Amino acid sequence: MTDQIRVDSLSKTYVLHTQGGIEIPVFADAALSVASGECVTLHGPSGAGKSTLLRCLYGNCKPDSGAIHVSHGEGTVDIASAPPRVVMEVRRRTLGYVSQFLRAIPRVPALDVVAEPLRALGVPVETAQARAGELLARLRIPERLWSLAPATFSGGEQQRVNIARGFAARHPILLLDEPTASLDARNRAVVIELIAEAKAAGTALVGVFHDDEVREAVSTRVHTMQG
Amino acid sequence: MNPLLTVSGLTRMYGNRVGCRDVSFELWPGGVMGIVGESGSGKSTLLSCLSARLEPTAGRVLYDTREDGPVDIYAMGEPRRRMLMRTDWGIVHQNPRDGLRMGVSAGANVGERLMAVGARHYGEIRAQADDWLRKVEIDGERIDDLPLTFSGGMLQRLQIARNLVTHPRLVFMDEPTGGLDVSVQARLLDLLRRLVTDLGLAAIIVTHDLAVARLLAHRLMVMRRGEVVETGLTDQVLDDPHHPYTQLLVSSVLQP
Repeated sequence: MTDQIRVDSLSKTYVLHTQGGIEIPVFADAALSVASGECVTLHGPSGAGKSTLLRCLYGNCKPDSGAIHVSHGEGTVDIASAPPRVVMEVRRRTLGYVSQFLRAIPRVPALDVVAEPLRALGVPVETAQARAGELLARLRIPERLWSLAPATFSGGEQQRVNIARGFAARHPILLLDEPTASLDARNRAVVIELIAEAKAAGTALVGVFHDDEVREAVSTRVHTMQG
Repeated sequence: MNPLLTVSGLTRMYGNRVGCRDVSFELWPGGVMGIVGESGSGKSTLLSCLSARLEPTAGRVLYDTREDGPVDIYAMGEPRRRMLMRTDWGIVHQNPRDGLRMGVSAGANVGERLMAVGARHYGEIRAQADDWLRKVEIDGERIDDLPLTFSGGMLQRLQIARNLVTHPRLVFMDEPTGGLDVSVQARLLDLLRRLVTDLGLAAIIVTHDLAVARLLAHRLMVMRRGEVVETGLTDQVLDDPHHPYTQLLVSSVLQP
């Protein structure tokens, strides 16, 4: 099986210039590989850099050194050094991401928020909305809310919209940053199911999960990080 | 595919004072670049230089023309530059009154751009004007009204319609949501976001509002004292700012 993600000697230190230039080392020389069909969970104490590593994989956080090879189309792209428009293209076609919080856009209905990653791939609006509806229904978002902008939804509802959006386009790689943090047991079970289905379909997943039960249920492998 | 705009070493001095200095970047078709920074950082000077409205002191701006490929916009003749500004480019000013003709009807404001590119059939021009007014959510019944009777938000939407009716490839926007109420802003932002995506427009947007930049721009350029201090993917620059000035900007935003 080929690696979908290969991280080589990645280092990251935050420098806080507004606070006297204090340096916060997050990790040094980190390595990680993830194959398709695997769900690797990042585990370690708070501050060990789990979210930072995940954000680096998505190109949202810029490491100081090292490489993040992601297989994209026929080749590989180093997210750590690729120019912005290449990272955007990798995100569009290859990399999905479920953040901790939904960044709601005023006036955009929940159904369109979820369908958007598919629309960006050129999927016709009806097909994209059908898939979006299917996911929203599985995550128990009542249909009467689909046409409303999620800004007014509860935290749990927003997070479920966010999860639906992350799974909508069936990207070959999916990054999950505590997707189940604000969910009840029934909805957690749905997320566990969605992850199992993605694994079976050959998706490479990397996730951070606070919840031990979820982590045990979804992990193919645990990647331990020390603070 | 060529970059739509290739900017190298662009500098504009005002006597001894720096307007903008040594700016270089490429903008690709469909790309949206945000320029952020505080007042006086050189954002608007740079935008004027990029959009052929202010000759730079040094450096070049190459635009990938449909006919002849990349051409230096300041080396081409004035008639050609004017044609480019009327057809391929759009400019959305912060104050819509700068981009509209207040003495002619809303429909004429939109139709005029079409006539400038050779449209002559009155019925068709009116139909297209009507279509664009609807796209920017202005009631068709207002087509014969003077812009003087429009609210600030409507004027800004009318200015956008006027610019987009000729299907430009590149739109320059200077604080497009500045001076509008937040509720009006949200509507305009949503509209701009949809239009830019649906039409595959390339755009350069100057704003001091980081939330506006996050919503509209794919890439960001952070300016301070006329120089670019940081560039990158919008979310990366805002979520993991590296330069001290960018960190200050990001940490200074008030959370409602």
